[in-house]
Amino acid sequence: MTWIIVLIVVALLLVYVVVTYNGLIRARNTVDNAWSQIDVQLKRRLDLIPNLVETVKGYAAHERQTLEAVINARNAAMSAPSDPHSQAAADNLVTGTLKSLFALSEAYPDLKANQNFLNLQEELTATESRVAYARQFYNDSVLAYHNNLDTFPTVIVAKIGTFTRREFFEADEAAQTPPSVSF
Amino acid sequence: MFDAIRSNKRRSAFLVAGFVLFVVAVGAVVGYLSGGGPFSLLISAVIALAIAWGSYWKSDSIALAVSRAKPADPETYQRLHNLVEGLCIASGLPKPRVYVIEDIAPNAFATGRNPRHAAIAVTTGLLDQMSRVELEGVIAHELSHIRNYDILVSTIAVTLVGTVAIMTDLAIRMMWWNGGRARRAGDRNDSGNPLALFGFVLLLLSPLIARAMQAAVSRRRETLADISACQMTRYPPGLISALEKLKADTTATHSASMATAHMWIEQPLSGVRDEGRLGWFHRMFDTHPPLDERIALLKEL
Repeated sequence: MTWIIVLIVVALLLVYVVVTYNGLIRARNTVDNAWSQIDVQLKRRLDLIPNLVETVKGYAAHERQTLEAVINARNAAMSAPSDPHSQAAADNLVTGTLKSLFALSEAYPDLKANQNFLNLQEELTATESRVAYARQFYNDSVLAYHNNLDTFPTVIVAKIGTFTRREFFEADEAAQTPPSVSF
Repeated sequence: MFDAIRSNKRRSAFLVAGFVLFVVAVGAVVGYLSGGGPFSLLISAVIALAIAWGSYWKSDSIALAVSRAKPADPETYQRLHNLVEGLCIASGLPKPRVYVIEDIAPNAFATGRNPRHAAIAVTTGLLDQMSRVELEGVIAHELSHIRNYDILVSTIAVTLVGTVAIMTDLAIRMMWWNGGRARRAGDRNDSGNPLALFGFVLLLLSPLIARAMQAAVSRRRETLADISACQMTRYPPGLISALEKLKADTTATHSASMATAHMWIEQPLSGVRDEGRLGWFHRMFDTHPPLDERIALLKEL
């Protein structure tokens, strides 16, 4: 009788460990998938830029400086090493130059009325918010993963595998300080 | 959130089981009254099971067809598709099918049986009147319904409630017109129309059935979806100003019917602000909490 009870308890424990372990694996995979999703969206944005530059050139070819800045920022981002930090820095540069490009378009009514330009502008805006959303989802899944890792009794099961903690994505300092407005 | 999902699946199972029992009972009564016996019982059981099966697998197509929704062209509705995709990334959901309804009243709903088989439909009025952030809030609200499996219950309810409504309607007509048997007064030789009595009972029962449906698609889930929507967009003002625009708008959504009323983001039929003698009666059938309450709650976030 006692043997049966011991056996049942051991079996239940085993089931618990397996289920918890699998849950941790799933959480970790979600985090990694969320991270690659950010890459996908960043890449997609960079792919849109050459088209945009071509379209703007047709209307404002003499704005060479701005156009070149955009191209350079894009190339730098393409060849940036894939660690979170340098990627974010390169991405910020692209965002900045694109902003000045769109600001410039205000001065060209023909350009602003161009359907192709409008489509690209919509795509870029959407992709930018997608990048932001992908980062938000990444942070959400890191939080869920960490909560899983750190709480008792999952924390014991976590010792079985190598569950390393993941880094949160943090906005850079420029984005953290609110912009100063002066009139 | 997982509690909400589990409770929604349970409600769906109850809804279907209750419906099958109801139809079989109706079949039994009709069989007893008309002398058909077990044959009618068998037929009603087959019909009930067929409809229950359809309500799980085909309800979303029915709901979309009833509302005259058409697939949104990715070129024409670029912004809509982009917003849906972005929010799906934020919530980790697969992208649902996107539909557009030609209707000047701003409104939207989500349908489907699970996140992998889901669809979102918005009216052209919504697309015209809402700014980007407002539209984003509305879509996030609908995606929350998908994530919480609210769509399962509400979509099943469309078919089931629709069927009950048709049955009641049929029975009432038989009651008024005597099943077509008496053409003129004095024509009838038998004393009664058993189906008429039955129709009368159904007529009495229909408010109860409506209440049961309301219990299934509780008003609380609208509030819950509002809050999860803000969790998704991290920007409550977007949804707040969208709801305020919906409040200011008084056009009724023509694409909505009684059976689909509970699915939309804003109550599509008049009722909420009904005053007068029957106001309390209409309020009893309200499928949504008043927009004022929802807005006030979001402002506290």
